[in-house]
Amino acid sequence: MPKTADFTKKIYVALIFIFLYAPIATLIVLSFNASKTRAKWGGFTMQWYVSLMQDETILDALGTTLLIALLSAFIAAIIGTVACIAMSGMKKKTRAVFMGVTNIPMLNADIVTGISLMLLFISLGLRFGFGTILLSHITFNIPYVILSVYPRMKQLNPSVYEAALDLGASPLTAFFRVTLPDLMPGILSGFLMAFTMSLDDFIITHFTKGSGINTLSTKIYTELRKGIKPEMYALSTIIFVTVLVLLILVNITPDKASKEKKNL
Amino acid sequence: MKKELIRLEHISKSFDGQMVLDDLALNIHENEFVTLLGPSGCGKTTTLRILGGFVQPDTGKVIFDTQDITRMPPNKRQLNTVFQKYALFTHMTIAENIAFGLKIKKKPKSYIDDKIKYALKLVNLEGYGNRMPDSLSGGQQQRIAIARAIVNEPKVLLLDEPLGALDLKLRQEMQYELIRMKNELGITFVYVTHDQEEALTMSDTIVVMNQGYIQQIGSPESIYNEPENAFVADFIGDSNIIAATMVEDKCVEILGTRFACVDTGFGKNKPVDVVIRPEDVELVAPENGTITGVVTHLIFKGVHYEMEVMANGFEWLVHSTVLSPVGKEVGLRVDPFNIQIMNKPESEDEEAVALEI
Amino acid sequence: MKSKKHLLAAPYAAWAVIFIVVPLCMILYYGITDKQGAFTAENILAIASPGHARALWRSVLLSFVSTVICFLLAYPLAMILAAKKENNGSFIILIFILPMWMNFLLRTLAWQTLLEKTGVINSVLAFLGLPAMHMINTSSAIVLGMVYNFLPFMVLPLYNALSKIDDNVIHAAKDLGANKIQSFLHIILPLSVPGIISGVTMVFVPALTTFVISTLLGGSKVLLIGNVIEQEFTQASNWHLGSGLSIVLMIFILLNMVVTALFEKEET
Repeated sequence: MPKTADFTKKIYVALIFIFLYAPIATLIVLSFNASKTRAKWGGFTMQWYVSLMQDETILDALGTTLLIALLSAFIAAIIGTVACIAMSGMKKKTRAVFMGVTNIPMLNADIVTGISLMLLFISLGLRFGFGTILLSHITFNIPYVILSVYPRMKQLNPSVYEAALDLGASPLTAFFRVTLPDLMPGILSGFLMAFTMSLDDFIITHFTKGSGINTLSTKIYTELRKGIKPEMYALSTIIFVTVLVLLILVNITPDKASKEKKNL
Repeated sequence: MKKELIRLEHISKSFDGQMVLDDLALNIHENEFVTLLGPSGCGKTTTLRILGGFVQPDTGKVIFDTQDITRMPPNKRQLNTVFQKYALFTHMTIAENIAFGLKIKKKPKSYIDDKIKYALKLVNLEGYGNRMPDSLSGGQQQRIAIARAIVNEPKVLLLDEPLGALDLKLRQEMQYELIRMKNELGITFVYVTHDQEEALTMSDTIVVMNQGYIQQIGSPESIYNEPENAFVADFIGDSNIIAATMVEDKCVEILGTRFACVDTGFGKNKPVDVVIRPEDVELVAPENGTITGVVTHLIFKGVHYEMEVMANGFEWLVHSTVLSPVGKEVGLRVDPFNIQIMNKPESEDEEAVALEI
Repeated sequence: MKSKKHLLAAPYAAWAVIFIVVPLCMILYYGITDKQGAFTAENILAIASPGHARALWRSVLLSFVSTVICFLLAYPLAMILAAKKENNGSFIILIFILPMWMNFLLRTLAWQTLLEKTGVINSVLAFLGLPAMHMINTSSAIVLGMVYNFLPFMVLPLYNALSKIDDNVIHAAKDLGANKIQSFLHIILPLSVPGIISGVTMVFVPALTTFVISTLLGGSKVLLIGNVIEQEFTQASNWHLGSGLSIVLMIFILLNMVVTALFEKEET
């Protein structure tokens, strides 16, 4: 009886994963499709990977996407972490207001966030382009950092910081040598979350980018009507496989270590 | 002898290839307060969980009131558990927590209300019915956990280190409370703890466990005064455990000096372990002692002084209400009745256990 | 020390005011004024016009259906995953975040390939001798796209809530006589309400407001309220009308939050 239940569970999990990864598998297959239309299989080819290297508009969009993601996640990580430190010293009510405001971009619709930022940039008279995209991405990234750093902040044992002071460290040294390393896992996961969100964003970028600049998302969107260039599939496949390999590498090493610890 | 209620037969259990219980056998009687006592990892909690039905033994049987309940799920058993850290339902009021089991059994509302009142009175928390668990202190939550279990009128109450999270004073108070409740309810308590004092205070029977084996079963007095092996002696209270030789009946040679004792039947020139409780070592004038030594350490403990005395190459732990300053030469005397002789562990396994302590 | 800590709040406070609070106020302002800057309720009331009302109704319906499906799919999954304690949580989270590294538009586009008249699924059906199904450019296709894209946002909060429940609490319920179904209904489900609420919000809001999924999988046949707003801003350039409709959208989001909050109160 428990065996069949176990089996059913496994099947269920497997089906959900097939559902999640079927489109991804489709895209990977398409990246090797010699036929230019999605509908037909024209035989195996690597040509899209080759022509990708010469496609400057795609490579430009890739560069912009990565740069925006990296910068926005990094700046959001700094602002968010500093905000968390500030919030830890606040009165309950002030903190509640801060947390409430932080939740707005998370709970609000992307389309509303995008439009509201667009209206802001227009009334400020900013030129739409790299800068406005960056500002927007930082804005929706900060909440991800705060929501992953603040819980860790709350768990911090204040005595550790005080112990560092007691042992002669200046407040600044104590912060950089003791508090910050403790917060690091939270900051890192916040950073990664922010990076991913920035990379995957289309809607907010769509409203704040202006003409003449494209991230991968907006580039794909403009190509929708004429048909997606197969080079795009090739690029996505490369990105996906790279991330997958990195994740496997990162996950295997600590897993083994923790298992060995358990056995002791 | 009271009627037997639970019998564990040949119970073995391992987790991930690690043996936690090995061929365990145990009888529990009606209206008995049984304590499973031992260090962490000794298998006491696993034994309790097997009784509760949360863990299935690999081999062996659990007999409850002549019925085999080994494979019976927890919700069908006539036992209730008070969990470590209480496991109260945080989304329900205290009254709803207590009523849970009765509602499941579809008891009438008036019966449930009466039971809630009775249970809250029993645990001295009348008027707390509408509060949420989170608003209660640890000690109060603990009482609610007991109330929630006993309204179901179990024949046996299983308690898994229920006082572990409380501070010392509250713990001592709750010990008396538990004894009172048990007498009032007239049911069997099976209690798991690693605290030997708790075990000595409350139990009718103590089961000392280590590394999946039962080391000794007995009344608190017999466990304390006549430990069967070095592990039990060391785990229950402070003691001097010394390797010695049984020269003949009623005579044991400890650290090169012969002491009179009352034990017989160990044979001649047999290596043994002796246990002497620190309060049983008398400090006398050097000329009156069986052996002599020098006081090396002295600590005031409130009720008594704790001293260490170097004699015949061994640091003797001594408790006495009379102070002997460090450096003083003293004589040591032990009443023959207070020398407890124990067989040396025979297998290497048991030796290892003894060494690890 | 304390005063210094307060100073640290300044950068984020300034940022939040400029980039979160002020822009929202601007939407409000645009929403209740006309092109001359005079006050008007027309932009908000425009939702009542048949086309807009139909788009909004369709959006609410489709996002509601998607949320329910997501919940029904995700809850058993989260329970299965939460029961595997040895699986560390980060691995599970990664599995669900991993697809996000394949661009959102492409992922959704891939469903086109799968659902099309001559697509993968119909090819398989044809191979099996079954009649082809009309799937693309329907409301069902949009629901599928929503469920696909937002399922992780339902699974993760549910997983978090469920894995926080102490095993002993469930054991206690069984100990007190509850069978599997009873302990699920009385203990597990109520204790996972916070996860349900955040999961429902995180699926319902983006589903309600999307314009991409409907564009990609609904063709031009199924207009959602998100499409209407997007067009007002990028094609019709009537920001006042777009803002007014956005306000209506935000009211719906707020309503959703109020309803879920009430639901939470009732549970506890």
